Amino acid sequence: MTSPMRIITVFFGMAILLAFVGINQSWNVAFSILNLCVISAIMALGVNIQWGYAGLVNFGVMGFVAVGGLAGVIVSMPPVEAAWAAGGTQLMGGFAIMGLVIAAATIFWKKTQHWKDRPRKRYLIMALIIILGYAFYRYIADPAIDAIEAVEPAKTGYLGGLGLHILFSWIVGAIAAGLIAMLIGRIALGLRSDYLAIATLGISEIIIYVIKNEDWMARGVKNVNGLPRPVPYELDLQEEQWVNSLAESMSFSVINASSLIVKLAYLSLFVAVLIILFIMAEKALKSPWGRMMRAIRDNEVAAAAMGKDVKNRHLQIFIIGSAILGLAGAMLTTLDGQFTPASYQPLRYTFLIWVMVIVGGSGNNYGSIIGGFIIWFFWIEAEPLGLWLIELLTSGMSADSALKAHLLESAAHTRLMTMGLIMMLVLRFAPKGLIPEAKR
Amino acid sequence: MTDILNAIVLITNFVLVPGLTYGSQLALGALGITMIYSILRFSNFAHGEMMSFGAMITILVTWWMQAQGISFGVLPTALLALPIGIAATIILVLTADRVVFKYYRTIKAPPVTLLIVSMGLMFFLGGVIRFIIGPNDQRFLDGERFIMKARSFKQMTGLNEGLAIKTTQGITVFLALIMVAFVFWFLTYTRTGKSMRAYSNNEDLALLSGINPERVVLVTWVITAVLITLAGTLYGLDKSYKPFTYLSLLLPIFASAIVGGIGSPVGAILGGFVIAFSELFVTFAYKRVLGYLLPDSLEPEGLMQLLSTDYKIALSFVILVLVLIIRPTGIAGGKTL
Amino acid sequence: MSFLIGKDMIGGYGGAMILNGCTIGVEQGEIAVIVGPNGAGKSTAMKAIFGMLSLNQGSVTMDGVDITALKPQDRVMLGMGFVPQTANIFTEMTVEENLEMGAFIRQDDFSDTMEQVYSLFPILKEKRRQPAGELSGGQRQQVAVSRALMTQPKILMLDEPTAGVSPIVMDELFDRIIDIAKTGIAILMVEQNARQALEIADKGYVLVQGENRYTDTGAALLANPDVRQAFLGG
Repeated sequence: MTSPMRIITVFFGMAILLAFVGINQSWNVAFSILNLCVISAIMALGVNIQWGYAGLVNFGVMGFVAVGGLAGVIVSMPPVEAAWAAGGTQLMGGFAIMGLVIAAATIFWKKTQHWKDRPRKRYLIMALIIILGYAFYRYIADPAIDAIEAVEPAKTGYLGGLGLHILFSWIVGAIAAGLIAMLIGRIALGLRSDYLAIATLGISEIIIYVIKNEDWMARGVKNVNGLPRPVPYELDLQEEQWVNSLAESMSFSVINASSLIVKLAYLSLFVAVLIILFIMAEKALKSPWGRMMRAIRDNEVAAAAMGKDVKNRHLQIFIIGSAILGLAGAMLTTLDGQFTPASYQPLRYTFLIWVMVIVGGSGNNYGSIIGGFIIWFFWIEAEPLGLWLIELLTSGMSADSALKAHLLESAAHTRLMTMGLIMMLVLRFAPKGLIPEAKR
Repeated sequence: MTDILNAIVLITNFVLVPGLTYGSQLALGALGITMIYSILRFSNFAHGEMMSFGAMITILVTWWMQAQGISFGVLPTALLALPIGIAATIILVLTADRVVFKYYRTIKAPPVTLLIVSMGLMFFLGGVIRFIIGPNDQRFLDGERFIMKARSFKQMTGLNEGLAIKTTQGITVFLALIMVAFVFWFLTYTRTGKSMRAYSNNEDLALLSGINPERVVLVTWVITAVLITLAGTLYGLDKSYKPFTYLSLLLPIFASAIVGGIGSPVGAILGGFVIAFSELFVTFAYKRVLGYLLPDSLEPEGLMQLLSTDYKIALSFVILVLVLIIRPTGIAGGKTL
Repeated sequence: MSFLIGKDMIGGYGGAMILNGCTIGVEQGEIAVIVGPNGAGKSTAMKAIFGMLSLNQGSVTMDGVDITALKPQDRVMLGMGFVPQTANIFTEMTVEENLEMGAFIRQDDFSDTMEQVYSLFPILKEKRRQPAGELSGGQRQQVAVSRALMTQPKILMLDEPTAGVSPIVMDELFDRIIDIAKTGIAILMVEQNARQALEIADKGYVLVQGENRYTDTGAALLANPDVRQAFLGG
């Protein structure tokens, strides 16, 4: 067991940092940071399960998070009847054709495995099935997509969703991400760790490209705004009697108080998820399953020799970790109340999460959570801090100095530098992170 | 007959020339990735940012030269600035090796640790570059824009379709050819080059034969620095320089190296062109080509595009995934992984 | 005092001792063979002499110079050649390049040595432009031995050179090893094929549990009924 003192100290320090922001900037800022801290911690937990438990390098975090976000739109938004009437059924027909083509190609490929002596014929027929099938799909789907996207493009131009409660999307997002992980895992898990890293990075980019360009799905870069909320709206709260009296007694403005209540409501939802996931992750880690995972990670060859099915275990853990990322993605979209595909950047959604896991201490769930909190905090606060630092450093320069202006303008980029530096320093001098993996 | 010629010119103009250019840029990048992989044995995620750094220094020097009134006639001034960019990048990568990577070599860390360390370096360099030059598009191209203008080609040949060749395209292909030839000559015929191949092939036996690993590593970084500064600058000249694009370039470059067979220099070159040409062939609109080739009655109505241009870059990842499924060792059969 | 001698060697990996005070020596122009049951420490003894395993006790001297503290690379410089049991060639390089890499530490012109090696193994001259990985098992072993000869070593050490090759190829290889010894090079090898190896050996060492059990000329060991009974299968 890691020393509990260390864990308590680190978490306590984090609380002080947030309180400092609350007092000096505003409590609203502090709680929006905290909300994202919790979501970041869940993402870090997902990556840690893959990397810390099993040594799998998932550089596709962004893709799984985006899939979760997309689930938010598809589950919660009301269906656009006009779009369904315009081309919905036909598009579904197109997908059915696509499915049939894939099935036909797979069956053909499997059935012709003995065609060793005439591989050229096999490839040719295979290519023909795919090309003709694809052409047929495009023939059916293209007009349908055009029709859907033509329905009030400024407001909708997509099929809409299922009109269910948005909390339901958290589960759907997790399942969808898990399914995609299963596909990727089957392809890349048997290969070297580098390949998984590069393949996941590539596939996450493909996912973002598809989401950005398939407008019929979630309006692409036109974004979907106004997702239904699982918590009350500020304006409704401001009407409530108890909110008004509470605001008065705390000497907050009503507007301030209402938005704080909303943030707290979100926070309680998020924290509940975090606690459940954390308990499950800890239980799994201590179970025979967790011991086996670590055995595989520490010595794959020996574990395989002992009859452990390494590839299947890896696949399992890859799916679980990715599902958690999908869940976190759906939570994030719920919090934002909108889905903005262009905001998905690998630096923010993949590599930053990795910094959290490494800094927190890989293999340790406490570490991932605290890593998520600290790194997110500094990611947000590095900008004002960097600006403040540069102002301090350049205070001696004349006000119209070009260098000073340039430095002040560039202050925002210090956070990338800082993150990289922190990561390299931790890897070199404290490779076990802030809270090292417990010896068991 | 003119119809066929017009169709050929059309494809040359929109697929062959850009494909050769982009392929050369990818090949230079992938050659660097593959050399680092086979000697230092890890996938360098900081590669894109190193390219960006080299290009940035070249741009800064170019601006300075332009301000001094130095020019290279019809050629871009950036070519004059290149040697300084290369020198700076060599210093950068050697410093990075000494300060960051060397430690992990001495403790014999697994490749995946180095991969994650290189990700930290990627972050850091990305920040440094944005801090110095900002996140926006930068222009630094000057000199004559075209080797061949579309209009003069039309006048010259009397064809309907024009063929334009940009100066940057010519320079890219020319310099890439020279650089690739040099690397292959170096690896095949020099003592140091051979010792690098030996080290990559069988590290223990290389050490036994008295090959100095640190020297091999040093030479590898120097060659890589030259390759990536060239690749980065040529890409910036041809398209435009923006720090973010170099992070996006990382994936097509990795894809090229893997498609060709990681660890194999020939494969890296092949892979670069495979990726570049498939991007262009699949997203090219064949409407006008078919218009020339088919009788008027059959002329297609749509764009006749296999995949929308929006998916251009995503395509390289699709190819990458296909290669991983079908033949993970790549076209040229790289390292068995 | 032999030309090369590893004296009273004690050492092993981790805490487990594999060598328990054995002594191995060889003279110039002589073939010495180490045989013994599996796990007797044969390969370990050779690695200790070459410096790939540091000794807890004992010493290694060559030509009267104590080289116990030297790294393998430095021993190569002093004139030791070593052919590992596995991964002993550069598979992706041509035969000729393999030889050039063998001569990497030499600053002088080594074309004479290369000609000598080619005259020893004529088949390699024929195939000198082929990647070594494409050759047959026996030819690969020839490349491996040739690579080690390129430094013009005073002593050549071979770790099971005939592992996995056919009997005909083995005989051929042993003949070449005799030829090499005739040029005045000391040869020390570890062999599984004990009987055939002892037939060409000037000196034989039978190791058991890291200690010298029998030490004699090859012929004498072959004639010794105890050795025959216990180690040569009657």
